Amino acid sequence: MYDSGKIIIGLIIFAGIFTSPFWYDLSGGKEALKAPVLVLPTKADQQVCVNTLEYMRADHMVLLNDWRYEVVRLGDRTYQSPDHKEFNMSLTGTCLNCHANSAQFCDQCHSYIGETPYCWECHTEINKPENMQ
Amino acid sequence: MNKSRRNFLKIAGITAVGVTAGKFIPAEVKDSTAQLISKNSGLLKKGTAVKTDSKVRLAMVVDLRKCKEGCTKCIDECNKIHNIPNFGESKDEIKWIWKEPYENAFVDQENFYLSDALKNKNVPVFCNNCNNPPCVEVCPTQATFQREDGIVMMDWHRCIGCRYCMAACPYGSRSFNWRDPRPFIKNINPDFPTRTKGVVEKCEFCDERLSQGLPPACVEVCPEKALAFGNLNDPESDVRKLLKENFSIRRKPELGTNPEIYYLV
Repeated sequence: MYDSGKIIIGLIIFAGIFTSPFWYDLSGGKEALKAPVLVLPTKADQQVCVNTLEYMRADHMVLLNDWRYEVVRLGDRTYQSPDHKEFNMSLTGTCLNCHANSAQFCDQCHSYIGETPYCWECHTEINKPENMQ
Repeated sequence: MNKSRRNFLKIAGITAVGVTAGKFIPAEVKDSTAQLISKNSGLLKKGTAVKTDSKVRLAMVVDLRKCKEGCTKCIDECNKIHNIPNFGESKDEIKWIWKEPYENAFVDQENFYLSDALKNKNVPVFCNNCNNPPCVEVCPTQATFQREDGIVMMDWHRCIGCRYCMAACPYGSRSFNWRDPRPFIKNINPDFPTRTKGVVEKCEFCDERLSQGLPPACVEVCPEKALAFGNLNDPESDVRKLLKENFSIRRKPELGTNPEIYYLV
């Protein structure tokens, strides 16, 4: 084999660089991303959500989009939950009543998965100090 | 003319394809084309049409004889509850209600000699929530649309800030947020959203109050009771009674937009 020395050294360097993430991880590396910690409402009258836990976890964005459509475009502001309770379709008025702090609730998962919804560019977060009156 | 057998077959083939192609256009494509054509032909004669098929047709009556010079109560209240920013300059001012000199508000009233009462009158002007709104016609995203009851609504979620509607509106009733409005709002009303940079906004007859059974805020707050609001299709409504008893004018009715704000002079 011609130039075997150069080739083998090159291969060793390549293998080293290629596997470097594993070495970095084995030598301590960075801490794993922390799992989201949600602060849930504690008051007794705040224990019922507008829909089931499973549905809200997976499809809250669908629900919010439906609310937007019904309130803005159809002018219908009352939501019937699966167990026939009525809620006012309002992000600030209904959701934030219980989940008062978006940083401790919404942002936890959104930041974890790198999602940046722009709800709060327009909707008012009542509990943000700069929005307090 | 010499035709080779090869060329003859080519042309015959292309002709056959051309003749039969029409049969294979999907039905929905044909339908949408037909709809487009009928929609556009409707445009031509729309000028005078009034949509009367819905039960409710909301309108406002402004009594200019009662509206007091220098009073801005309606404007202040509207600005307050709708989180309207004050950028501190007129170039990118956001206006839902504002006052306009009579001659500018009613440019079509060409009387050279106006009565003293109207000559230097500042007229409160709003979005006319036209019955035949040109802004809705041009909006490419359907962000602005007309409700059944006639309110021309904005869906700020959908607005892409193209400003076609502002160009189409003959009343200058629409304002654009050139900057993020939040820092320019004194006290944010949490019950109403603010807007974001790059969306158009305007008066919507307080749809959020109507849904709670309340009249528009300007109507409620006017100390002179110069504003009335109601359903034009109901002969017993305040607005119909006022229009029955008084002579009224509208802004630029000749354009065929059917403005729904009536002024008593």
